[in-house]
Order: sequence, then C-alpha cells, then structure tokens
Amino acid sequence: MINSGMMTRSLKGQMIPICVYIVMAVSLNLVVGISGELSLGHAGFMSIGAFSGIIASAWLHGALNVENETLRLVLSMIVGGVFAGVFGVLIGIPVLRLRGDYLAIVTLAFGEIIRNVMNCLYFSLEGSRLHVSFNNPNIPGTLLVNGPAGATGVDKIATFTAGFVLILFTLLVVLNLINSRSGRAIMATRDNRIAAEAMGINVTKYKMMAFVTAAVLAGMAGALYGLNFSTVAASKFKFDTSILVLVFVVLGGIGNIWGSIIAAALLTVLPELLRAFADYRMLVYAIVLILVMLATNNPMIRSLAGRLFRRGGVDTTAQGGGADQ
Amino acid sequence: MVSFLRFLINGISLGSVYAIIALGYTMVYGIAKMLNFAHGDIIMVGAYIAFCAMSYLGLPPLVSVLCAMAVCTALGIVIEGLAYKPLRQATKLAVLITAIGVSYFLQNTALLIWSSNPKIFPSVFSVGSLKLFDGNLVITSETVLTIVANIVIMIALTLFTGRTKMGKAMRAVSEDKGAAELMGINVNRTISLTFAIGSALAAIAGVLLCSAYPTLQPTTGSMPGIKAFTAAVFGGIGSIPGAMIGGLLLGIIEILGKAYISTELGDAIVFAVLIIVLLFKPRPRSTTSSPTASPSSPLSPARR
Repeated sequence: MINSGMMTRSLKGQMIPICVYIVMAVSLNLVVGISGELSLGHAGFMSIGAFSGIIASAWLHGALNVENETLRLVLSMIVGGVFAGVFGVLIGIPVLRLRGDYLAIVTLAFGEIIRNVMNCLYFSLEGSRLHVSFNNPNIPGTLLVNGPAGATGVDKIATFTAGFVLILFTLLVVLNLINSRSGRAIMATRDNRIAAEAMGINVTKYKMMAFVTAAVLAGMAGALYGLNFSTVAASKFKFDTSILVLVFVVLGGIGNIWGSIIAAALLTVLPELLRAFADYRMLVYAIVLILVMLATNNPMIRSLAGRLFRRGGVDTTAQGGGADQ
Repeated sequence: MVSFLRFLINGISLGSVYAIIALGYTMVYGIAKMLNFAHGDIIMVGAYIAFCAMSYLGLPPLVSVLCAMAVCTALGIVIEGLAYKPLRQATKLAVLITAIGVSYFLQNTALLIWSSNPKIFPSVFSVGSLKLFDGNLVITSETVLTIVANIVIMIALTLFTGRTKMGKAMRAVSEDKGAAELMGINVNRTISLTFAIGSALAAIAGVLLCSAYPTLQPTTGSMPGIKAFTAAVFGGIGSIPGAMIGGLLLGIIEILGKAYISTELGDAIVFAVLIIVLLFKPRPRSTTSSPTASPSSPLSPARR
C-alpha cells in the first residue's frame, strides 16, 4: 500500500506517528479507562522512552557496532520501555497513594519535572563511553542530547513495520491483561475500591500493574517516535501532548480499547487533511471534549444509549467509568 | 545579603499573585469539590480584557481592572452553569476532563481573538519606586501594590465568609451540601457565587501578574494556575489563610530556587514541593469523602 502510490507523501510521513499515538492512546486508556485514574503526565514517559531509545541506538551503533538497523531499533525500543517502566515504578509508588484530583495533578507535576530536567541534561558518546552532565554542555565526545535543543543528528531507523508490530504487541499485552484475573481485579478497584479491598484485592498492587504497563508501552512508543525524526527536543513532550492523547482516549470512549485506536488514527491524520482549519483544531478538540463529557453523563442520553445498545451494555458502563464511583 | 533581600521581595511579590489565584482555587475546591483547571485561563482572559481596555479604549487602569473583573465574573458564572453544573453528580474523572476541556477552550479562543504574538502589558500603576541601600534594592510600586492587594483581599474574604449571611452559607455548603440544602440554603446559587468571586479574584491576579511580568500570551495563565493550585494544596485546600501562606511560601521558594539552584529548574522545584507536600501532609479532605457514597446521595460527610 505504501509503495503502490495509494498514499500521499504527507500521509506516508504520518504512518509512524499514527502508530506511536495509537500505542500512546491504548496505554493511557489502560490507566484512565480500566484502572480509573486520570494521568496527565503520559507524555513524560514518552519523553523518557524517546531519549533513552535515542541514546541506546547511538550507543549500540558506536560502541557495539550493531549495524543491523532492525535489531538496533528493537533493542532501543526495549531500552526505552525499560527506562520508562523504571520511572513508572518510581513515580507510581508515591502517586498511586493519592486519589482523584490529587493523583491527576501529581502526574501532571511529574510530567513537567521530567521535561524540565531533560532540558538540563546533556549526553555525549566518546568511543564506547557515555557521558552525562547536568547543565554543562562541555563534555567530551559527540553530543547526543543537547539540553534544551534536544537530541540532534538521530539515525532515522524507525519503520512502519516496527510501528505496526508495536501496536500488535500493545494490543496483545493490554487485552490479555484486561481479560485476565489481574485485569478483573484492576476493574474491580476502579468500580468500588472498598468492596475490592474487602474481597482481598491488593489495590495498590493492581493499580501499579496498570500504571507501569502503560508506562512501559508509552516508553516503547516514545523510542519509536524519537528514532523517526532527526531532531527531538524535550519541549515536544509537554503537557499539550499528554492532553492530546487524553483527547484520543475520551473520544474513542473511556475504557474502549478499539475506540482509542480509531480515534488516535483519525485524529492524527485529520489535521493533515484539514490544514485550512488548523487554527480551529484545538478549539474543536476542546469543545468536543466538553460535549462528550456532558453527553455521557446526561441521564437522558445514557438511558437512550442503554436502550439502543442493550447488548453492548458493558461499553456504556465503561464510558462513564469513573474514578470512584 | 542585599541580593538575598531582593530575591525575597521578588518572591513575596510573585507569591502574593499566587496567593490571590490560590484563594480562587481554594474557594471553588472547598465548595464545589472540583479542581477548576480553567481558573488559570480566566486569569489570562482577565489580563487580556484589562489590556484591551487600557490600550485600545484608553480607559484608566482602575476602570480597566473593574471591566476585567466584570467580564471574568460573568465568564465564571457562565462556565459553571454550562459545563460544571450538569456534572454535579458525575464522577471526578468526568468533571476533571471537562475542566481541562474548558481550559483548552479558553486558551484557543484567546489564540483566535488575540493571536499568539505576545502583547506587552502596560504598567498599571507607575508611581515611581522605592530605592534602598544606595539603589541596590529597588522596590517597585507594582510590588507594593501586589502585596497590599493581597492583604486587602484576604481580610475582605475572611470577613465575608465569617460575618455575612452568604459567606456563612458558603461555609455550610462546603461542609455538608445536603444539610445546607435542608436548612434552606440555595446550593446552586451559592456555588455560582463562589465561582463569581473566584473569577473576579482571577481577573485582579491577571492584572497584577502581567504588571510584574509584562508579556501576555494565551498560555500566560496556565502555569501560574497550576502553581497556585500547588500553593492552595500547600496551605491546606479549603482554607483562606492557608492559601495566602501557601502562595507566599511558594513564590519565595520559586524565586530563591531559580536564583540559587538553577534557572531552568524553577518549575521543577515548585512541582517537587507539591509532590512532597501531598505525600507527607495529613490526608487531604477530599480523600476522606468516602468513595462508597453513591453519586446520587451527596449526603456524605465531608469531614471525618
């Protein structure tokens, strides 16, 4: 399809970001929809994944002479996922003790801290040695990550095939998790924390499981994203990016994994096709976000939807799936 | 030593702005139990209205501030009525996402109206400045004004919530909505009033913020808004003196952190403070409102 001229050039350039955003949306949906906690710092994990992936790729190339690009890409994505996962654990331990609004604002704070700190970090590669410095660009070797300017001169080794495989991997992990015993435990803690605790479910453990899985997936997506551009700056992963992914999740239906995929793919492509309305895009997103929330919480519309989709009852309850209902 | 004093005064000045914003946050959170993400963007709207009134209409500063307050009050009431009121029984997640939507709506509307080019905010009150230590320590009139405004607002709000009938109604609603309703208090009107007061305060804060940092953009309000929420949490959310103390401390921490630790990490330091406070302070009130209470019965005790 790519080579047969069925796609325009701009769409071809969009294929990898589409994959990345699909993975981001699905993984955020695991936190927001399945585990019922609003995370506003998802782009932070993407950022960690992107930078650790870029550094890993350069290090594999420079130090270990790994020439095979596919191998390098896969290893870099794994490194990105692992680093994001480690940060997911570090952030999750304090964050998941909080609830509701506080949890949201703290994830936001962590996202901003990650971005701020990345703006001050410098990484360089000298032979096979990796140098790190804080706020000091004068380090030996070639600079890989250059503080506020971000990573420059990145090998663009990301491929659409890798993105597609990553989506499949994400779906495999997330759907298996949801349909497993652990997934049911996660949803039970979402629906009623106290009842779940009374049933002997370790709430923190299962919330942590969802949070860290999402972080790992976001890190892998981030690594793919980072290796798709020749320059990546930390400012790319700001609060707006987290909100964009949240918009995908809300529009696809909170708790609805397939909806997230469709919403992420459509909303990444649409702005390219509707360039003339670029100014109004975020405005429309904002209005749609408000309207969807008002509509899904309107008792009249909910009962109507319940009657229309009686068989899909699971979906309608998941749509309103709340933090502490 | 003089430079430390200078940073301290800058910190108190910035902290006073945070305190005024935090007062709005704290009142709305205390009564509607929701995190009004759009509060920071109301600040931005207020600043833009004051800017337009002064630059395009040539109105005097005081009238411009009143204009901004009037517009923001109306905006606050409209937002509350259209976006938040239908969600009173909804889950926290839904309310929070709606608030984020409102915040983005305001930012992008401002972007369309006023474009993203930063506007240079005119000085509101330039009566000259106070020079101490042979001109090493300059205290501008804006700094003094901000601090004075902060103190006046705090005293006025304390008197309002403590002495007047509406203020008492507000405190009653924040403690127990159901019981307040049974006592004949119009809960919806009280919440609207809270939003109105909070938004008017946001307008003042916007003008003061832009007098100190005169570049005005559609995104001007979002960061101070989040930091002011930090301040409100710092001082114990729902408490008026707490918001003031939290705001002042946060402003001082931010300026001193930027001066002595790292300029780039100023925001990170503030957020680190938020995280530490949230983790180590006694459990915030919102977590004690029991999650078992079904949304249809708002009669859950707020304090336990």
